[in-house]
Amino acid sequence: MIRYIIRRLLISIPILGIGSIFAFFLVAAAGNPVAELKAKPGVTAQQIHDLEVSLGLDQPIIVRYWKWLVDFVQGDWGQSIALGQAKVDIFDSIMRGLWITARLVVFAELLAIVLGVVVGVIAAVKQYSIFDYLATSSAFLMFSMPVLCVAVILKTYGIKFNNVLESLGMDRWVSTVSPTPDQVDRTFGEAIFKLTGTYVLPTLTLALISFAAYSRFQRASMLETLNSDYVRTARAKGISQRRVIFKHAFRNALIPVTTLFSINAAALFSGAIVTETVFGWKGMGNLLVQSIRTFDPYMLMGWLMVTAALVIVFNLVADIMYGILDPRIRLA
Amino acid sequence: MPSDPVLNPLQPTGLPAAGTAPVATAGEFDATKARKQSTLIVRRFFRHRLAVVALVVFLLICAFGFLGPLFWTVSVEDTSSRGYLPPSGAHPLGTIQTGKDMLAQLIRGTRLSVQIALVVAIGSTVVGVTFGALAGYLRGAVDSVISRFTDLMLIIPQVAVAAILVRALSGSWYTVAFILAAFAWMSIARITRGETLSLSQREFIEAARASGAKTHWIIFRHLVPNMIGTITVNTTLAVATAVLSEAALSFIGLGVQPPDTSLGLIINENYSQITNRPWLFWGPFVIVVLLSLAVNFIGDGLRDAFDPRQTKVRA
Repeated sequence: MIRYIIRRLLISIPILGIGSIFAFFLVAAAGNPVAELKAKPGVTAQQIHDLEVSLGLDQPIIVRYWKWLVDFVQGDWGQSIALGQAKVDIFDSIMRGLWITARLVVFAELLAIVLGVVVGVIAAVKQYSIFDYLATSSAFLMFSMPVLCVAVILKTYGIKFNNVLESLGMDRWVSTVSPTPDQVDRTFGEAIFKLTGTYVLPTLTLALISFAAYSRFQRASMLETLNSDYVRTARAKGISQRRVIFKHAFRNALIPVTTLFSINAAALFSGAIVTETVFGWKGMGNLLVQSIRTFDPYMLMGWLMVTAALVIVFNLVADIMYGILDPRIRLA
Repeated sequence: MPSDPVLNPLQPTGLPAAGTAPVATAGEFDATKARKQSTLIVRRFFRHRLAVVALVVFLLICAFGFLGPLFWTVSVEDTSSRGYLPPSGAHPLGTIQTGKDMLAQLIRGTRLSVQIALVVAIGSTVVGVTFGALAGYLRGAVDSVISRFTDLMLIIPQVAVAAILVRALSGSWYTVAFILAAFAWMSIARITRGETLSLSQREFIEAARASGAKTHWIIFRHLVPNMIGTITVNTTLAVATAVLSEAALSFIGLGVQPPDTSLGLIINENYSQITNRPWLFWGPFVIVVLLSLAVNFIGDGLRDAFDPRQTKVRA
């Protein structure tokens, strides 16, 4: 197992390498960070040239890539060269963003998986029951819903809810703007209360959307397994319904959901952009939008490399999960 | 990364190869007239009530976007009215901040969103099917190169790259459409590759090859028609995804840029008014949701129509 993981990680290094070349050319082609300066009046060509030289932009792209790669591998991810926020250390800002997004995504994803799997299994076992229809149609609706609408609607009702709370003489509990830096709370209960208020809306937004996909997948794969020959055999042997469902069918039915997880989890780190924008969280999504707006090449490179690495890691996690769920899929 | 179909069971639309005999019901035994496969599929689709409703909704939305300008002649660019007027006879949905008529905006946004979705669907399907079929049919080096390329494209965060490119190129609707299409073909390619791998083991492909058919002939005359069910269903999924990704991109301001507009951009411009002028938010919202719901339902109906084994409605 450990050998397998090490080998997979080693294989992913060249993939990341090729990805980095691709990304570097893309980012370089995307725009020039000093272009905005050129449009400003009173800036001479000499000044721009000096700036370009100091940023290394006058060198050919291959040289720039090589320099970036050597530094990157050694842990020096460079500094932001965007105007206005120049000299910010890239590694630090990406890690800060990643930490903020991770807190949001991990909880939302856990919630979505647990709920999605439970609802999907019940809907499949009780196919065509009222529960099934309710679950299936609400999942279908959420599946077709743009994240931004869910976020905006939740935010609006969060504000209304706060107004009601305030009129009742309480604090505005649900946080609809960026989370405030933690203050020292008097009791543990209070801290928890406040924390939930901060997380509830963005977490719910992300969880609802993922939940829809998980429950649909779980229902479909559970139905397929329940209709398969080996489950019929198990039933024919006289095994109880509960045992058939949990011992025989459930494990196999989890495999497609695992695949969905590997795609979803990685996509969420970059895909929480809209949720972060609406609720004002300064995570990975915010970082991306900012660095695209300012054409900040090294920040974008760092961002792309981190998210690409996350995709690889989650794919590996999924492959290991396949092996655990179904011993026939050997890790070779 | 699991590129092996066994390790990659993410094939929600995995259909059995066409050619499986459709289940005949008592009614069909009475009518002895031979029916073509396509007639059967169309009949099965139209028996699926929800899918038909969805198709009607989809066509209505398209009609709203494409034929709307014929009936609602207020110019999109007309800024002569005051901003944020409430709904009235002259402006059934009020005006937006700049004084432009909301209904005219919606009509144009709907049209461009539908156009983007269709370009993405067709583009990603053509590229995905071609790559997938080539990889699955030719195997060997071609397969390795295409599969690794697909893996590579999958690890690059699509939203990010699309946003970077849109910002670099331009925010017109077709740029956004082409960029979204360039990052949407991978799942179709994987599914097509898997189908092709199993189909090309079948006798009729072997027979075609033995009689000297060229690769492109085999792929487009023998393989693709047999995968048409899977392909169609995945195309509808791509349309729904494209609607949502376009909305998300435009919402964060890195998608379609003015003077072009789209449903996502309209929501972006007006969502702050959700409490004070709810019609400005709910209008585009309802269209986006209806559009993607309708397309998803059409996909569901098509899946049932193409795959008689899973069908809940009888033809």
